[in-house]
Amino acid sequence: MFEQTQLQEVAEGKKAYEAAVAKALVKGPERKENFTTGGGIPLKRTYTPEDVNDVDYSKDLGFPGAYPYTRGVQPTMYRGRFWTMRQYAGFATAEDSNRRYRYLLSQGTTGLSVAFDLPTQIGYDSDDPMAVGECGKVGVAVDSLADAEILFGGIPLDKVSTSMTINAPASVLLSMYIAVAEKQGVPMNALSGTIQNDILKEYIARGTYIFPPKPSMRLITDIFKFCSENIPKWNTISISGYHIREAGSTAIQEVAFTLADGIAYVEAAMKSGQDPNVFGKRLSFFFNAHNDFIEEVAKFRAARKVWARIMKDRFGVTEKGAQTLRFHTQTAGCTLTAQQAENNIVRVAIQTMAAVCGGTQSLHTNSLDEALALPTDKSVRIALRTQQIVAYESGVTNIVDPLAGSYAVEALTKQIEEGAWEYIKKIDELGGMMTAIEKGYPQKNIQDAAYDYQRSIESGDRIIVGVNKFQIEEDMSERKLLKVDASVGVNQIKKLREMKEKRDGVRVKTTLDAVREGAKGDANLMPLILDAVRAYATEGEICGVLREVFGEYKENVVL
Amino acid sequence: MDRKIRVVVAKPGLDGHDRGAKVIARAFRDAGMEVIYTGLRQTPEQIVATAIQEDADAIGISILSGAHEYCFKTIIDLLKEKKADDIIVFGGGVIPETDYPTLLGFGAGAIFGPGTPTTVTIEWLEKAVAEKRAKEAK
Repeated sequence: MFEQTQLQEVAEGKKAYEAAVAKALVKGPERKENFTTGGGIPLKRTYTPEDVNDVDYSKDLGFPGAYPYTRGVQPTMYRGRFWTMRQYAGFATAEDSNRRYRYLLSQGTTGLSVAFDLPTQIGYDSDDPMAVGECGKVGVAVDSLADAEILFGGIPLDKVSTSMTINAPASVLLSMYIAVAEKQGVPMNALSGTIQNDILKEYIARGTYIFPPKPSMRLITDIFKFCSENIPKWNTISISGYHIREAGSTAIQEVAFTLADGIAYVEAAMKSGQDPNVFGKRLSFFFNAHNDFIEEVAKFRAARKVWARIMKDRFGVTEKGAQTLRFHTQTAGCTLTAQQAENNIVRVAIQTMAAVCGGTQSLHTNSLDEALALPTDKSVRIALRTQQIVAYESGVTNIVDPLAGSYAVEALTKQIEEGAWEYIKKIDELGGMMTAIEKGYPQKNIQDAAYDYQRSIESGDRIIVGVNKFQIEEDMSERKLLKVDASVGVNQIKKLREMKEKRDGVRVKTTLDAVREGAKGDANLMPLILDAVRAYATEGEICGVLREVFGEYKENVVL
Repeated sequence: MDRKIRVVVAKPGLDGHDRGAKVIARAFRDAGMEVIYTGLRQTPEQIVATAIQEDADAIGISILSGAHEYCFKTIIDLLKEKKADDIIVFGGGVIPETDYPTLLGFGAGAIFGPGTPTTVTIEWLEKAVAEKRAKEAK
């Protein structure tokens, strides 16, 4: 990157600097013997042109919107349009959540993000014995199309893009969305949004799996195919590092395991006869924005570059849109503290800056009270305002990739890239991500990192303000928290039973039989599931049929 | 010599957040305890059966899904029903402090909120088990 004479000058200047450092160290030592990033990458005292000398601008960075997309996926980034401000929300009943969505839209969110309760995420109806105590708790309960109609009632689905955090039963919930749109008179090809649909990270880190890997991968590739033919603007998957990081991974592991999952999906879809130039355009990603600002910015940049190389070199993808890593970001829930919870506003603001300086396409900011409960309206508003302040007031949105060229940022970008390649190579050697998961490889790595993280807090090596330093006595009992009442479950079950009375039982049975037969064979399951959904077959019934044919995944417990 | 403390670390219900459970399980193990980690999606019945079968001193429940009232109550009731309520029940996770009295009222020994050092939980458990054993020895 630099001329030889410049580097010589730097080398000479460095000698003087090191002498000055030695002198300073005599007067007083530094705060720590070794400094690392939040994710454990060893840091130098300062970075100079020497550290980025082997970075080739055209090859390694390029211009924004051009290969390898290190500097961003679009040429103008936020000078054109801000990222989508998308707050993950959903609780209790479809009515309650619909009210929250309309509130968020009225406050300036630009996309919806639906949180489903755990029974919905794991394919159980609200009256299933496995669902007791869970109905409406971590998200909204959706049993059938009837609930989805209420959930999206009065929201124009041709104008709003919707992200749904749904994985194992993604086909069912996507079908419900399509069916609601049909009733609004909105055709499939006008819909835009995302389903998470990322089963591998469920096995690794998040836990809402249903079926074993093989049929799960089939459901996913069926969705890829159905969507490329029918809903061209839909992001068919959101390959997620967020939960891997929340489970305790380092930043490098987050990038590596996420992209290794991505490789597994591309391979599965190609094996089913699909063209990565086509389905590759609809793959999207989801990352975490943690506390270490510089490391996180470097992480996002490195992830874009590694993915572009994977798609181009490994899979021979030539279409630009299929080489770009577009991603959603959520600020790191695991960094929120229950102690002095107001301080979380500041943490979220720093993480927001990292996501924006890293070039995210959409963002969820956590609310200050989420280490305690679901967020209240007020705390959600502050979280959204944080994004708006960064967008409109901070100025970082006026320059594309504003931190590029910083010696430290470029050096870390390169280090994270290299670290990620090492893990990806290791996973390839193990036989790919599915085998690696069976062997507990990513799980073990994440757990070790999580344990190290906890120990560094307890040893005082890592300071968490308000937790292991600067503590105060607090009376938490006065805090206003959102609580989901047990009556939600009772009413939901009543509604479900009433719906079952009214629907056409014969049509339900015929369409469910078709799903069963389809699952036994190799038909694309999406159209069959869509028919069952239109007939008001419940999510539990559809997943139940699939459970019969596919069986259930049993966790490989690694400790 | 005292028998090692045997503790079941349990993830009840559908909640998949197991970072805390696994971290505390390893911390217990490093503190010299025998740890049985149940894995995800355990019903209260399964957890109680494991604890009895493993002759556990205690069950540590990790829950972040908001279903804590149901899970604690059911587990504690089942232990009583099976005459195994000498087994200590405690827990942690995302549980509002305002719910602590309810859970303690059911018979939980202690609830540890986010940010609790593992050493605090370990010390509490060692003391609680020692008291329980002393009582049983009488």
